[in-house]
Amino acid sequence: MTTITHSNVAPAGQSIWHRYRIGSRIQSAGAHLILLTYLLIAVFPVILVIMNSFKGRQAIFRNPYALPTPETFSLIGYETVFSRGNFPLYFVNSLIVTLGSMFLIILCGAMVAFALSEYRFPGNTLLGLYFALGIMIPIRLGTVSLLRIIVSLSLINTHIGLILVYTASGLPLAVFVLSNFMRQVPRDLKDAARVDGASEYRIFWMVLPLVRPALGTVLVFNMIPIWNDLWFPLILAPAETVKTVTLGAQTFLGQFVNDWNAVLASLTLAMAPIITLYILLSRQLIRGLTAGAIK
Amino acid sequence: MKNPAKSSTSRKKFPTHLLVFLGPAIVIYTVFMVYPLFDSLRLSLYAPSAGNSRVEEFVGLANYQRLLTDPLLSPRLTGAIGNNFVFFIVHMFVQNPIALVLATLLASVGKRSSAVYRTLIFTPTVLSFVLVGFIWQIILNPLWGIADDVLGIFGLESQPWLGLPGTALPTLSLISVWQFVGIPMMLFLVALIGIPEELIEAGRVDGASAWRVFWSIKFPLILPTVGIVAILTFVGNFNAFDLVYTVQGSLAGPNFATDLLGTFFYRTFFGFQLQPGNPTMGAAVAGVMFLIIMLGVVLYLVGWQRRITQYEL
Repeated sequence: MTTITHSNVAPAGQSIWHRYRIGSRIQSAGAHLILLTYLLIAVFPVILVIMNSFKGRQAIFRNPYALPTPETFSLIGYETVFSRGNFPLYFVNSLIVTLGSMFLIILCGAMVAFALSEYRFPGNTLLGLYFALGIMIPIRLGTVSLLRIIVSLSLINTHIGLILVYTASGLPLAVFVLSNFMRQVPRDLKDAARVDGASEYRIFWMVLPLVRPALGTVLVFNMIPIWNDLWFPLILAPAETVKTVTLGAQTFLGQFVNDWNAVLASLTLAMAPIITLYILLSRQLIRGLTAGAIK
Repeated sequence: MKNPAKSSTSRKKFPTHLLVFLGPAIVIYTVFMVYPLFDSLRLSLYAPSAGNSRVEEFVGLANYQRLLTDPLLSPRLTGAIGNNFVFFIVHMFVQNPIALVLATLLASVGKRSSAVYRTLIFTPTVLSFVLVGFIWQIILNPLWGIADDVLGIFGLESQPWLGLPGTALPTLSLISVWQFVGIPMMLFLVALIGIPEELIEAGRVDGASAWRVFWSIKFPLILPTVGIVAILTFVGNFNAFDLVYTVQGSLAGPNFATDLLGTFFYRTFFGFQLQPGNPTMGAAVAGVMFLIIMLGVVLYLVGWQRRITQYEL
């Protein structure tokens, strides 16, 4: 498109275009400069923490901006973390809670979205609205009652309690995004399968892979907040055996606040999985984010 | 269209599959989200009985009345609302403009470099409030002196930024801005990329400067996203408990200078120091938060979304 416009204009206004191009080159350099500056602001604190977690105590203070050298290299912080904290356990707990919630959000959300977009039944619109209700209201506002429910179901200090709460809070957005996408799956496809005698369940499993981008969006929007949440682990599952990484790091850091090696090491350990995952999935994540925004 | 013969036969059967599809989600969503939200509002109308504190009795709006008039509670409530407002304003007028500038620049540079920039700028957003809180606590710690080194470049003097009542809240707000600028940035970027090139080109051919092109062409077209970002910022405000709790504890020091509705809710609910917790009073604080959020959402729907022009692109 642009090239066509260019060639149309070029003969008459060559000098204008020339000037425009020089101007745009300066503008582009300026853009890179500002973006680079902000990029530094964004990653500098993170890099500083990771870098210094591999140094001895003196080196951390003497020259915080230097990379660890053979003389300053030390794993003393990590030794403290592993001997005093339960980070492997916290990590497994976080993994169970996050994966469990994601599985239920995707499965239950997709089933509702499928039913809402596929069948006409009394109360269809109303049910859609019922789920949409939860998009804007933070579930935390119901904590007083939620704690009583979780206690009365004997789900306090369990993974299942957290999973159910996160599933409930993740469903509204999942239903909203997925039903928007499922409506775009062609009718003919599903009706052809029906003619071939496929059950409604089979058709659901057939449609599911077709809305993969939307599943990615839902995954991304729910995964990070669940992994990072402090509120519900603190209130519903504070016991050592079910502590998540976020709560575990919070209590550990609170205790060892003056042991700089331990603080830097535990921060690095707690950041490592989520940053690794982010770098591995960043393309899907950003695509998911953008797909969700367009919808 | 459905095959009419087929649908009439399936209508006769009891729609078991409908129950299977809808059942689990409705049960989980209702039991663990909708019911607790309404039940919390109901509980806010109860208080521990004077005779037996284990029994709760209906007291109407007495909890709310106490929140507004009790000399111990009402300054905390108004303080928290005020601080929440400051927190929101900082995000609205620092985070979102920065995000808009970054998004505009990202849209103007090449695709590859744009991908690198946005991936790295988004990194803090994937970290938890807890980690971000501690990272900044040690960066700002005068013992380590990183912040003093950096701020020294700009001639700013060393200060306990998180320890002074005057600077603690703005500092915390800016930490949160640092963490979350990636989200509005991405939303703005998507909106900006969606603008047809012809429109921008047309403006340039007419001799409009980049500045003019931005304000007269791009900005009006991304107004719907501006609205979405505003309402997301507003609701996100009420989840900021984690950061304050991590950095300043549930007392939200110094001297309640960083107390947000989230921390006030937590303290009222679970108690602190010698003050025992009061769940139903906590529910009333949640009720106030609920009201404020509803007010914001309604204002957004009526005052903003209805009034702005949606351009069909």
